[in-house]
Amino acid sequence: MSHTNDAPRWQRFTRAQRLARFAVYLAMVMAVVWSVQNVRVIPEFLYDAHTQMADLLRRMWPPDMAYYPATVHGALIETLHIATLGTILAVSMAVPIGLMAANNIVPIRIVNEFAKLILVASRSVNSLVWALLFVAIFGPGALAGTIAIAFRSIGFVGKLLAEAVEEASTGPVEALRAVGAPWPALLLKGYWPQVQPAFWSIALFRWDINVRESAVLGLVGAGGIGLVLDSAMNFFQWTRVATILIAIFIVVILAEIVVTQIRKRLI
Amino acid sequence: MSATSFDAATPGRTENDRGQGAATAREIVLSLRSLNKQYERGKSVLSDVSLDFPAHGVVAIIGPSGTGKSTLIRCINQLVEPTSGEVWLGGKELTKLRGAALRAARREIGMVFQEYNLVERLSVIENLLCGRLGYVPLWRIWTRNYPESDIARAFELLDRVGLGDFATRRADALSGGQRQRVGIARAVMQSPRLLLADEPTSSLDPRTSVEIMTLMRDIAAEQNIPVIINIHDVALARRFATRIVGMSAGRVVFDGPPDELKDHHLTEIYGGSASGEWIG
Repeated sequence: MSHTNDAPRWQRFTRAQRLARFAVYLAMVMAVVWSVQNVRVIPEFLYDAHTQMADLLRRMWPPDMAYYPATVHGALIETLHIATLGTILAVSMAVPIGLMAANNIVPIRIVNEFAKLILVASRSVNSLVWALLFVAIFGPGALAGTIAIAFRSIGFVGKLLAEAVEEASTGPVEALRAVGAPWPALLLKGYWPQVQPAFWSIALFRWDINVRESAVLGLVGAGGIGLVLDSAMNFFQWTRVATILIAIFIVVILAEIVVTQIRKRLI
Repeated sequence: MSATSFDAATPGRTENDRGQGAATAREIVLSLRSLNKQYERGKSVLSDVSLDFPAHGVVAIIGPSGTGKSTLIRCINQLVEPTSGEVWLGGKELTKLRGAALRAARREIGMVFQEYNLVERLSVIENLLCGRLGYVPLWRIWTRNYPESDIARAFELLDRVGLGDFATRRADALSGGQRQRVGIARAVMQSPRLLLADEPTSSLDPRTSVEIMTLMRDIAAEQNIPVIINIHDVALARRFATRIVGMSAGRVVFDGPPDELKDHHLTEIYGGSASGEWIG
């Protein structure tokens, strides 16, 4: 079959769109090149990295299991407490702020924006930085860690909650308005049943993340297993470091399994 | 234009008929007085709609999509606020009401929706109890501690709509027809003075549509509740309504008993040049 010039032609993008797409690809390649140059890999260190790694592993072996009941276990439990309490605190603060951020609950733009500002502020600061701040305020220990975890999580939980609320279908809510229900009843019976699966899923997911985050908080003195890890590394006690890393790994896996199982049952 | 003269003549005539009938034999439950609605300035969805509804019977509002039927019915319970005009329900003017007074008025008006609008993740019985949300204090709603009389009535109504075995099923496990039965039961749970239905059969198959219309007519008659139904299906309207209101472009262009609704009225309402092409 031969095509003549007047046969209808179709192209997905116009010429301008194709140029723009090419420019985006070019920019991406340039960004990669630029960042590789910036990282400035030192070849000497790279060449013997594998021997260093092998050496470290050899020094870690065998893990010091006696250290687990003596010190690691208590710190691990404290880490879980920090994660759990921090998540509960975060959720209780994120619910009102998340509702304020949802335009279908509070149809006032300025309130939505203000709530979103709080949520962004919470998320823009890393847990470790929050922890540094609260160690300075409350002194070192689990309290600072708990508050740090809570403040970092408000943004995450609040944002996802607000989105879930805004996605709730309007039909049932309209029906309950027609029934003459006051607004707390609309929240309870119109929105909550719709948002409930998302709510539990968000809270559990955040707890899962917080278990991992609270494991490093000790590095800045905010309690938990990170504190033990920090001191073991400072004293080059590599067999103890191995024990701690294995303990963290197992707890993270267990948390993941628990969360997955509960979520399956919720939805 | 012929349409203009028709507009002017028909509602006037029937309104007089109705007016006399109402004064002598029947109590008026709902009065609409020159309702207007504009979502955008200058674009009228409802133009000067005045209707009286007696305390008994089924009134069907027919008309093409986008002609303001849905808006009209939502103006009655103020889900949509009319731009001007009055809505009188049992001596109260609803358009002026706000807050608690508006909610008190709304709980006297039951509503059935095209998409059922059940709370999908709640059980059927709790969906029925949602019909009492305007009456039950908040702590009882929070703790799911509904008054026993409400629960007894909910089970009774559930039996009446033929879903006695479905009380603890979740609403999202039901078929469309079953959901609409729940929707009707929820509306009747309010013990309303008036039942509104917005295209209650449009998402259902023809047979289920007839079942739902039969149920709605019968249950309303048993409970002495007048019904106003938006419906685009003329055959269903003729079969179940005691009175038909035809709307076109936001105006009432026909108002009378079903057997007075002739083909030229339908052409007037739905448009089209040659009547009979689509009128079955």
